[in-house]
Amino acid sequence: MVVKNNSNKCAYCGACVGVCPTQALVLKDVRIFVDESKCISCGACVKICPVGAMELSKEVKTASKSKK
Amino acid sequence: MEDIKSKVWDVVVVGAGPVGLYAGIEIAKAKSSVLILDRKQEIGCPKRCAEGLSLRWFNILGLKPNPEWSIQPIHGAALYGPSGKQIKMKNKEPQGYILERKMFEKHLAIEAVKLGAKITMKHLVVSAKRENGIVEMNVEADGKIQTIKAKLVIACDGIDSLVARMLGLNTKNNLNDTDSGYQYEMTGISGYDENLLHLYFGVDIAPRGYIWIFPKREGTANVGIGIGAYEEKTAKFYLDKWIASQPGVKDGSIIEVNAGGIPVGGFLEKMETDNLLVAGDAGHMVDPIHGGGIGIAMEGGRLAGAVAVKALKAKDFSDKMLSTYTKEWYALRGNELKRRLKSRHLLEQLTNEDFDYLAGSISMDEALKIGNGTLTKTDKFALFTKKLVTRPKLLKIMVKYFQ
Repeated sequence: MVVKNNSNKCAYCGACVGVCPTQALVLKDVRIFVDESKCISCGACVKICPVGAMELSKEVKTASKSKK
Repeated sequence: MEDIKSKVWDVVVVGAGPVGLYAGIEIAKAKSSVLILDRKQEIGCPKRCAEGLSLRWFNILGLKPNPEWSIQPIHGAALYGPSGKQIKMKNKEPQGYILERKMFEKHLAIEAVKLGAKITMKHLVVSAKRENGIVEMNVEADGKIQTIKAKLVIACDGIDSLVARMLGLNTKNNLNDTDSGYQYEMTGISGYDENLLHLYFGVDIAPRGYIWIFPKREGTANVGIGIGAYEEKTAKFYLDKWIASQPGVKDGSIIEVNAGGIPVGGFLEKMETDNLLVAGDAGHMVDPIHGGGIGIAMEGGRLAGAVAVKALKAKDFSDKMLSTYTKEWYALRGNELKRRLKSRHLLEQLTNEDFDYLAGSISMDEALKIGNGTLTKTDKFALFTKKLVTRPKLLKIMVKYFQ
């Protein structure tokens, strides 16, 4: 499971970057970049996002589980 | 254009907001070389701010109101409980101003450059390391990476600060101590006094926070909300719901959408390490009660600039040398912060009924003293025995915090 940024909802405020414990998020111009290798799916960015633009993606969770 | 990568800068400030610019001004005044860079393409945009600055901070910062950027005088405030009861205070003289942040920051930028600072935009720091006592930052601009060198870095890069973390200082915000903020700049709205700040409280209106109207001029205002990060619904949800219920506001036009995280849990414990100082939102320099930060953060930026100048004179950029920054900051604002944090915890426990009761029974003076944690013995006696005596639960909470 990794987090996805919905750029249609995103206001590019960077609140998610500020609470991310693993520096998996970067705000660059008007885009949030997610480094999936660093994301630990803690959901902090989902909680802080003022507009609901960060979503935990379930599909990827299944994929990463099957890898293990 | 000057080649910013050809030399070792005395100081590179990351973030050209009011804090970074104020730090830069301090350094440029001392004739040291300073580069201020920012990842954004425009100074002051997008704002993550409600733009209020009280005269107290104008004085502390040595600023004078200027009609170009302090656009609306504010004479007081009105606090509203959930059922509409209000506490109001309006003074004859202005108590502060609503700023036009983009104009304000451009004004600061022009000042900084006049004094000798260099500013550049659309430069994103992608990595940073120390090499022989010098910081080397890889900075992306125009799709290319260039290396910029500095003896000292001041990180004023906001809540999404990563530069300090790249240099080994953890500036991460805990979710518990961060509010989720959302705001519209609206125009064509009415039904409120344009010379007052308006703050709306209630657990259904803004859980663990409040909604604000900060008037900017002629039916234009910042209408926003800050709530605790752990709420099920988003800040946007609560603000939209509230606006839809407000006759004078709901048909207004939205001319800006602003959002942001607000670090309300108190300053970073340690705001320096080797070759690095942190100021502003990056150092969590925000008032824990109202979430405002322009004034306090700029004061932090100025102090960071002053400490940088001392370090340059001593040619010592060690953590030990720079630790005077954290010490001086806590000596300056530490006690005030402690009192305000206490009051914040108190506010978080209030119910809708408590808010309504307080709105109907206490004065603005008492509200301010509760917020500041500066109730005197006489104030407490009057509050506890006359006003809260019929509200045992509320009395218990207050006594716990203010005994």
